[in-house]
Amino acid sequence: MANPFYSGRRRRNGVWTVLCYSATIFGLAWLALILGALLWKGVEGLSLDVFTKSTAPPGVVGGLLNSIVGSLIQAGIGLAIGAPLGILAGTYLAEYGGGSRLATVVRFINDILLSAPSIVVGLFIYELLVVPVGHFSALAGGVALAVIGAPIMVRTTEDMLNLVPNQLREAASALGMPRSLVIRHIAYKAVRSGLVTGVLLAIARMTGETAPLIFTALGNSLFTLNPTGPMSSLPLIIYEFARSPYAEQQKLAWSGALLLTFAVLALSVSARALSAQAQQR
Amino acid sequence: MSDQVTLQNASKTLNKSKEKVSIRGLNFYYGQNRALKDVSLGLYEGEVTAFIGPSGCGKSTLLRILNRMYDLYPGQRAEGEVLLDGENVLSKDLDLNLLRSRVGMVFQKPTPFPMSIYDNIAFGIRLYEKLPKSEMDGRVETALKRSAIWNEVKDKLQASGLSLSGGQQQRLCIARTVAIKPEVILFDEPCSALDPISTAKIEELIDELGGDYTIAIVTHNMQQAARVSRYTAFMYLGEMVEFNETNDIFTSPRDKRTQDYVTGRFG
Repeated sequence: MANPFYSGRRRRNGVWTVLCYSATIFGLAWLALILGALLWKGVEGLSLDVFTKSTAPPGVVGGLLNSIVGSLIQAGIGLAIGAPLGILAGTYLAEYGGGSRLATVVRFINDILLSAPSIVVGLFIYELLVVPVGHFSALAGGVALAVIGAPIMVRTTEDMLNLVPNQLREAASALGMPRSLVIRHIAYKAVRSGLVTGVLLAIARMTGETAPLIFTALGNSLFTLNPTGPMSSLPLIIYEFARSPYAEQQKLAWSGALLLTFAVLALSVSARALSAQAQQR
Repeated sequence: MSDQVTLQNASKTLNKSKEKVSIRGLNFYYGQNRALKDVSLGLYEGEVTAFIGPSGCGKSTLLRILNRMYDLYPGQRAEGEVLLDGENVLSKDLDLNLLRSRVGMVFQKPTPFPMSIYDNIAFGIRLYEKLPKSEMDGRVETALKRSAIWNEVKDKLQASGLSLSGGQQQRLCIARTVAIKPEVILFDEPCSALDPISTAKIEELIDELGGDYTIAIVTHNMQQAARVSRYTAFMYLGEMVEFNETNDIFTSPRDKRTQDYVTGRFG
């Protein structure tokens, strides 16, 4: 008991444990403060008008309807383009590519895209889809979001398919099942919740992005469903109204931030719940 | 039928029964590594043949050539002849999926598909036949009965195949294989992941299936080989050392290495 070496080790253990807890609490405290401030300021501005009226000039009662719908549409476009691309590319990497040269290159590029600054993505799409057309559009915004979202889905799809035991593929092939059916009916099914998790995470990331939309969708104070013209979205309106000198607009910015944060939070939490469920099986 | 009766009463010569699968001068390579060396033997129609030998001797490799499972992996290749009813299985022009519908396989670990018990069986059938629902129900039932698992699952056909116990899962996999009416069934150590009671059930099942199907089974368990098979092949370091009736292999082996192995001196 009185071994000085052992008691020294115990003391060091105590010190490090306290340090670890402190660091955790320090990190979580900021998160709690952010969420608290959001709730505090955001709820104040929440009313039915937020969901039924579009953004308005100062002095007129407005809401965020055009931004909410705009966010949904652009994330929808991003998903419609990014999900098939991401899932197919991920499938190629896991099922066909293996360690081939092409697969290695694709994987490397995908890793770069995963961490590419989103402002650069926005600029790229601006040059590609805005400059030649001559005006900003929701479509360009959606494509920029697809470029942000697709690499996430490529990665999760590949990771998930790699979890499918090879024995399962062999067993399916042993029945005479062609490769395409093995992938679609056996491998996808075995990791379905994992694939959905990847898609949800990608949606969460896409709805939270501001930078790629500044050069592409631009923003729009009017309600519009037209994807070929400029369109509003929550991140853009937060960016705009937070800098506004008018109190009503600042309030709306807080409400928008609250909506956005909780939408993303809900997506992330359901993604986690799903993947936990997938791990159990 | 009469053929079999004569066979059972016949002397111990091997050549009385028809060879369903004839393996001639078979070599197999994992890249540069030669895993099978000039292997020749025959699988007799409606009989159970066991492949025994120490780990790494090539018995699983041999089994996986018979349905061209190795084709899934680049860098693996086979040379020689494997004839199924006189047709070369190793031929490049062969339709792999048709081959695998004739030569079924049951694996070491039970591998139910992530779908219902019913669909686990029906999925394979749907690959080859378009059947009305009632007929499909009948086929699924027959397959499950044939694999001695019907009574345990008949009230929960829509439950996930993954909800069954290990032994039940393995019988489900056998049912899935039987359902597409193969001619040959390959068992790759089908009991090594199962408890003794499930093992006994699977062995009984293999015994029953023999007669209707030509069966090859790889096993580490010599008692198992003795219990279920009529013929046994002993392999060592990629070579076919001895192939004979199971009884002879275990009671009067001709090769010293076979004798050492079956008496437990190595392996």
